[in-house]
Amino acid sequence: MAEPLLQVSGIVKRFTGVVALDRVSVGLAPGEVHALVGENGAGKSTLIKVITGVHRPDEGEVRLAGRRVEFAGALDAQRAGIQAVHQEIGLVPSMSVARNLFLGREPRRGFGLIDFGGMHREAERTLAAYGIDVDVRSPLRTLGVGVQQMIALARAVSVDARVVVMDEPTSSLEPREVDTLFGVIGRLRERGISVIYVSHRLDELYRICDGVTVLRDGRVVHQGPLAELDRLRLVALMLGRPVSDVRAEGVTKFSGAHDAARDAPVIEASGLTRRHVLDNVSLAIRPGEVVGLGGLLGAGRTETAKAIAGALPLDGGRVTVAGAPLRHGSAAAAIRAGVALLPEDRKAEGVIASLSVRENIALAALPRLSRGGVVSEARIDRIVETFMRRLRIKAAGPHQRVAELSGGNQQKVLLARWLATEPRILLLDEPTRGIDVGAKAEVQALIDELAQDGLGVLLISADLEELVEGSDRVVVLKDGTVVGELSGADLTEEGVMTTMAANTGDGVAGRSG
Amino acid sequence: MTGTAALPVSRLDRGRVLAWLQDYGVYAAIAALVVVNVAITPRFLSLENLRTQLVQVAPVVIVSLGMALVIGTEGVDLSVGSVMALATALIPLYLGYGVVPAIVAGLLGGAAVGLVNGSLVAFVGVQPIVATLALFVGGRGIALVVAGGQLKDIQNPGLLSLGSSSVVGVPLPVVVAAVLTVVVMAIVRRTTFGRRLVAIGGNRTASELSGLPVRRILLLVYVASGLLAAAAGILATARLQASDPSSLGLLMELSAITAVVVGGTPLTGGRVRVLGTVAGALLIQLVRATLIKHDLADSLAQMVQAVIILAAVYAARGRTGR
Repeated sequence: MAEPLLQVSGIVKRFTGVVALDRVSVGLAPGEVHALVGENGAGKSTLIKVITGVHRPDEGEVRLAGRRVEFAGALDAQRAGIQAVHQEIGLVPSMSVARNLFLGREPRRGFGLIDFGGMHREAERTLAAYGIDVDVRSPLRTLGVGVQQMIALARAVSVDARVVVMDEPTSSLEPREVDTLFGVIGRLRERGISVIYVSHRLDELYRICDGVTVLRDGRVVHQGPLAELDRLRLVALMLGRPVSDVRAEGVTKFSGAHDAARDAPVIEASGLTRRHVLDNVSLAIRPGEVVGLGGLLGAGRTETAKAIAGALPLDGGRVTVAGAPLRHGSAAAAIRAGVALLPEDRKAEGVIASLSVRENIALAALPRLSRGGVVSEARIDRIVETFMRRLRIKAAGPHQRVAELSGGNQQKVLLARWLATEPRILLLDEPTRGIDVGAKAEVQALIDELAQDGLGVLLISADLEELVEGSDRVVVLKDGTVVGELSGADLTEEGVMTTMAANTGDGVAGRSG
Repeated sequence: MTGTAALPVSRLDRGRVLAWLQDYGVYAAIAALVVVNVAITPRFLSLENLRTQLVQVAPVVIVSLGMALVIGTEGVDLSVGSVMALATALIPLYLGYGVVPAIVAGLLGGAAVGLVNGSLVAFVGVQPIVATLALFVGGRGIALVVAGGQLKDIQNPGLLSLGSSSVVGVPLPVVVAAVLTVVVMAIVRRTTFGRRLVAIGGNRTASELSGLPVRRILLLVYVASGLLAAAAGILATARLQASDPSSLGLLMELSAITAVVVGGTPLTGGRVRVLGTVAGALLIQLVRATLIKHDLADSLAQMVQAVIILAAVYAARGRTGR
């Protein structure tokens, strides 16, 4: 192996006591395309920020072409030849393509005036070299997202880049644009430019990357040539579930299978489709049944739940509750029909921090807790008291501000908000993420109990153990489509991982962000 | 570590002090100013003086009530002063048909402005400050066109009595302001509309996901603000005994925003303090009156007002800072 172009060694980065990166080392040969993978919170972003000069490491060093470098900031790293292409593009939409390409380093004539003629010619030459054919005078925003991203990339590499960092570069690209992007990457490789490639799309990784680093909880858990690592193992490494050892004793609080009566489904979603996000997703839930939704990050799990709850505009598909179709894109209609969505992002989409526990619980059920638009304090008190006791919400009292509660108790408040609407279907998006062990067990037991009471439950969890033990069957998504369903004896962690990792070929039309 | 008062307060304590200041600082400031005035201002507690002060502050209170609702949704309504001008301009046009039609016309003008503001904010998705800026500028222009660009004396005794008559010794504008305060307080505390309004201001995404009719509520909030500003404009017209759309309600939006913020309603929404808002309006009035009584320039009053705003914004950090 050639002398590494970029070598980071023993990087440690802490944020207020929490170790985000723990002695991470990565080396890139010239012209190597290196995959950086891991689930949320594994430390990918932090590592990228260290490499691109946004963060300073607490320990360890970065060497570029053998020389030790310490960046004062992102600009400093760019000058040294490390360029980043981010998910959000970081260009000026109202300016022309050429100006964006040369932003901050425009060719000048006398008196500091921009040499537009020279700039346009140079821009055309640069873009043509990457097979991008656009009018360099047109404003950037008039172009498609894919082309914009390509221009961001061209800008990054035209500045004497030696290392290019690409963070989810294909998240908003059409398949054809992905091909163009990979063509560009191929040219970079020929010029000896190294690429760090971050993506959750396994198919793409295996198409374009040479080496791979798998991060989990801030540590490198695997490093080596990608071709020697099979997909199942890669997924197992990312999720931290040993392939062989998955049938270990369960530690979750789920009691096991619910005898979901073989009734008619209480909710049926069919053909849910949204460009770039969901492609023809169908699923049904029977009363008393817990259906798990598996898949890697970006597979479309959250989007599926939101689409069912009327909180995501759709291009196609329909949802029926007990046979009656729901109005598209109306959360209120879904709630009236008995669909409740516990969102993934508790802070941004769930709690109303300025309000009390009581007001938060009563929020969604207000119509049934009021008469003629005037709320009944007595009824609210009753329902709040009932659920605070039933869910064992630990608060100083119903009037304590919800922001002062622990994550687990906030989650219980949100559950109470939905249970107060007397739902028939509960869509739970990561119900136990970020809450402490005790609260986690309580929430899991509660899910069980609710299913036994006859609710239909959709359970999304990145925790495979929780998913497998909590669900009666698991529907697996990948790139926005259903790629498999497991139940009974097939429902094992290994089975779910195998389905997640399956190569679905090039026929995937749906893409997700 | 239960030290004496001289010890520096810890971060947590400071947060608590600031939160207290945000909630009750305005009442403390009023109490302090009253004590000072009783000591240094002759005849401050005279019935005559109290009546004058309260009549002057009544329109500010009424406008501020609407502003408090809007700010509670994390919005702002800059058009309130122009709505007052529009209402005053409409009155002489319809006074020929009687007092009630004239008042209704004025209120409808305010509701129309509110409808435009609310539609822009709720359905088009324009930022409140921009949406209401349009009619802040344009509303007064429309008022001047409607009025033919001139001041008109009002002689209709029915309308004038709105500004001059009393109910058991309390001037009618003060009675109206008090009644509206109670009504708005009841709306905020007791109705689904009030609960939802506050929730939307606190977290719009969560409110949408919880099935709240977010757009309808935002629309109604701006209509309410327009109606209240128009009511204030009508009362002010009756008291001034003239319709002067070029000057009525000038800078009212700033007084109202100040009253709301000083009263403990955060600009970030999610909370509406109705009584605090009334107290905020009273405080500003008291500061101005005190300085004027002692022959200090109005410009000084503005500077003091600025200090009060800064204090209120600083106090607001106690809650949002963590």
